Amino acid sequence: MSKGEKCSCGDDEKGLLERLEEIIVSFKNKPGALIPVLQATQSLFGYVPQEAILKISEMLNEPLHKVHGVITFYSFFSLKPRGKYLIRVCLGTACYVQGANEILTALKQQLSIEIGETTTDKLFTLDVGRCFGACGLAPIIMVNDDVHQFVKPSGVKKILGAYKKHKAVNQEEET
Amino acid sequence: MMDINKHMHFVKNSAELDALRNALLKSKEYNSEKVFVCAGGGCIASGSMKVKDAFISQLATNGLGEKLSVMETGCLGPCAVGPIVVIGKDDTFYQKVRVQDVKDIVEKHLMGGKVVENLLHPVEEIKVSKKSELPFFKNQDKQVLRNCGKIDPTKIADYIAVGGYQALSKVLSTMTGEQVVQEVSISGLRGRGGAGFPTGTKWGFARKSQDETKYILCNADEGDPGAFMDRSILEGDPHSIIEGMIIGAFAIGSSQGYVYVRAEYPLAVERLQIAIDQARTFGLIGPNILGTGFNFDLEIRKGSGAFVCGEETALITSIEGNRGEPRPRPPFPAVKGLWNKPTVLNNVETFSNIPLLINEGGAQYAEKGTEKSKGTKIFALAGTVKISGLVEVAVGTPLRKLVYDIGGGISSGKKYKAAQIGGPSGGCIPAEHLDVPLDYEALNKLGAIMGSGGLIVMDESSCMVDVARFFLEFVQDESCGKCVPCREGIVRMKQIVDRICDGKGEMKDLDELEALAKTVTHASLCGLGQTAPNPVLSTLRHFREEYIEHISDKKCRTAVCKELIVFKILDVCNGCQACKKVCPVHAIHGEKKLHHTIDEAECIRCGLCLSTCKFDAIVKY
Ligand SMILES: Cc1cc2nc3c(=O)[nH]c(=O)nc-3n(C[C@H](O)[C@H](O)[C@H](O)COP(=O)(O)O)c2cc1C
Ligand code: FES
Repeated sequence: MSKGEKCSCGDDEKGLLERLEEIIVSFKNKPGALIPVLQATQSLFGYVPQEAILKISEMLNEPLHKVHGVITFYSFFSLKPRGKYLIRVCLGTACYVQGANEILTALKQQLSIEIGETTTDKLFTLDVGRCFGACGLAPIIMVNDDVHQFVKPSGVKKILGAYKKHKAVNQEEET
Repeated sequence: MMDINKHMHFVKNSAELDALRNALLKSKEYNSEKVFVCAGGGCIASGSMKVKDAFISQLATNGLGEKLSVMETGCLGPCAVGPIVVIGKDDTFYQKVRVQDVKDIVEKHLMGGKVVENLLHPVEEIKVSKKSELPFFKNQDKQVLRNCGKIDPTKIADYIAVGGYQALSKVLSTMTGEQVVQEVSISGLRGRGGAGFPTGTKWGFARKSQDETKYILCNADEGDPGAFMDRSILEGDPHSIIEGMIIGAFAIGSSQGYVYVRAEYPLAVERLQIAIDQARTFGLIGPNILGTGFNFDLEIRKGSGAFVCGEETALITSIEGNRGEPRPRPPFPAVKGLWNKPTVLNNVETFSNIPLLINEGGAQYAEKGTEKSKGTKIFALAGTVKISGLVEVAVGTPLRKLVYDIGGGISSGKKYKAAQIGGPSGGCIPAEHLDVPLDYEALNKLGAIMGSGGLIVMDESSCMVDVARFFLEFVQDESCGKCVPCREGIVRMKQIVDRICDGKGEMKDLDELEALAKTVTHASLCGLGQTAPNPVLSTLRHFREEYIEHISDKKCRTAVCKELIVFKILDVCNGCQACKKVCPVHAIHGEKKLHHTIDEAECIRCGLCLSTCKFDAIVKY
C-alpha cells in the first residue's frame, strides 16, 4: 500500500487512478452508478482516497457532499487505508452466544489495537462484523476472505502467526 | 449414450427446452455414479475444496475417473460437521472428511464395498450410514432446498435436468400474467423476508398499475445476524431464484430486475453471476424468452454493509445510488418504487418457492402448512445445538422438533434456555413454550416473530439481559439516524439495559424500558425502529426474574455481565505468574510457585487472566 505518509497518492496509486477512470467511464451511463463505482474504488485501493472522491464526483457529476455522504453511510467503505489483512470478528448472534467477545478481547490484546485501528506495521486492521452467514461454524473470524471457524481465544495467536509468516515469505507480493 | 453438447445452446422455445432436458436425462454425465462434495460456504471454509481435489486425483489413481464423477453441490445442511461427502450410489453420508480420508473412502468403500465407519455421523452411539436415515434429514421436508446438494450450482444443465425452467416454460406458453398472480394467491405463499405479506396480493397491486416501466427486485441482503438461508439458496440453487424472478416479472409486466446481495457474501455473488450469464446464453434471460416475445433482463447490485438496506424502501434508495435511508410509506413500492416506478420486492426464499408452486399448482402447494401460513420454511439453526445448519420444515412444525429431533438437542450438555427467533426484530422462546408451532401467528402471540428464519438456540450459559443488550447495541449501530424515535429512543433504552447489566439498575427502570419501547415501536419511520424493542420486551416477558436478579441481588447467574462477575483462583494454581504478568491493573498477588489471589476491589474483570491461564486454575462466577 501507499509508501508516502503525507500524500496518500503514492506512485502506485497514480496507476490505480487511471484504472479508476476507466471503471467510471464503463459505469457512466448506468443509473445508480455511484455505489458500484465506490465499491470498485474500495477494492482497487483498499480504501477510498481523497483523489478518487474528487475524480468520481467530477466524472459522475455528483456533488462532493453526496459522494462523501454515501461513503460514510456504508461500513464497507473506508476513508483511511487499511492493513494488508482486514480481520473481522463476527459479533452476530450465533457467534456472540458462542463467545465471540472473548475472541475480540484476545485479538485486541495480541494486536494492541482497538476496533477500527491498524497495527503500526500496516499488517492488520481490526474490525467487527454482524454475521457472515457461517453461523453453523460459530464463533468465526474472517481475515480478508478466509473464514476461520470454531475459533477459541487461545487459538488467536496461531491464526495471526500464519499471516505474519505469509507476509514474510511474500515480502514483494502486492495485490 | 448421447452427445448432449449439440443441445447446449440458445433455447428457442419450450419444445427445445424439453428436448434439452430429455437429452440431459439420457446423458452419460447425468447417469454416471457420483460422489457429492458439499461446496456450501460452510464446508468450503472447512476445506471441502481440497477434499474434492483429492477425490478427483484418487479416483484417477485407482482408474475410476471415467466411471465415477465428483460433483460440487450447494449446502447440504449440517454445516457444523463439514466437510460433507455423500456417496451417490448408496446414499452414505460422511462427515468431517479430511484429505487423508479420501483414499480410504475410495479404496474401502467405492472399490471394496465397505463403509468407512469412523467417518459416519453417530446418532446416540449408533453409526447411521444412509443420509436419508439420519434424524437430521429424516425429520425435514426439503422443498425449496430440493436441489441443494443434488446439483452443481454452477451448471445450468444440472438445473434443467431436474426440471428447472419448466415452470417458466409453462407460464410463458400457457398462462396469462393474471393467472400467474391468481395461482400465487391460491398457494397462500407469504413473503419469507420477515413480514409474511401475501405474495399474490403484492404482485396483484403491481400488476394493476398501468405504467410502462416496472421493476422486480430480489432482496438478498440477509442482514439478520444468525441467518444464512438466503445465502445457501444463492450459493446452492441460484437458478431457482432467477426462474422465480422471471415468472414474477412476467406476472406484473416488468422487463428489468435487480438482485441486491449483501457485501458479505462474495461467493453468492459469484455463483449468481455465473447463473445469470448462463441463463442469458441459453436465452432464458434477454429478449424474446422461449420465443414468446417476453423480454427480461437481470442485474446484480451489491450492498455495502448497512443492515437497514434490507428494508424495502432503503434498499430501493440504495440501488438508486444514495445513502440507504428508508422513505415513509405510502406510497408503497408497488405504486412508486425504484426510480419512482411500480416495483415488487421479494425475498430470495420467496422467489425460490415460485417455480415449485407453479409446477405443482397453487392448490397442491397449499396442502402443506397451517391454516394461515402455507408451504415450508427454511431455518438457519445455530447456537448451542448439536448439529447446526440449514433445515427446512413445513410451516407450523413445533420448535421442539427443530431443536431436538433435527438439531440433536443441546450441544453443551447444559439445559435449553431459549431460542431466539427473528433476529433483532424477534424474541426469545423459553422452555415452557418449546412446543409452539413455527408459524407467523403463534410466534407473534409469544412476542417473537417468524422473521426470515434465523433460529439461535441458547443454553443456560446465556444471560437474557445481556442478549437484550446485544440486540439493542446491534440496532443502535445499524439505525440510519433519519428518525428521532429510533435514533434517540434506542440509545436511551440501551443506557438503561447497560445500567442493569452493570448492577446499577433500579426497579423503576423496568417500567421506563417498557414505556420507551412503546414509543419507539409506534413512532419510528421504518420496520427497523418499529421492531427494535422486541428483544427487550420478549426477554422482559419471559425472563423478568433475571432482570430483577441483576437489579436487586446484583447478580448475573450466568457470569456474563462483566461488572457482576467475580474471578477466583482455584487451588490447582501452581504460581506460574502468567496471570500476574498480564493483569493490566496488578490486581493479582502471590509469590512465584505459590498460590495466587485476585484482589476483587482492584479487579476490572477484563478476563485476561482467565484466557491466559494454561492450567484452568481461574474461574468466574
Ligand atoms: C430493518 C429491516 C431489515 C430487513 N432486512 C431484510 C432482509 O435482509 N431480507 C429480506 O428479504 N427482507 C428484509 N426485510 C423485509 C423487507 O423490508 C421486505 O418486507 C421483504 O424483503 C419483502 O419480501 P417478501 O414479501 O418476499 O418477504 C427487512 C425489513 C426491515 C425493517
Ligand atoms: S452469527 Fe457469526 S456468522 Fe452468523
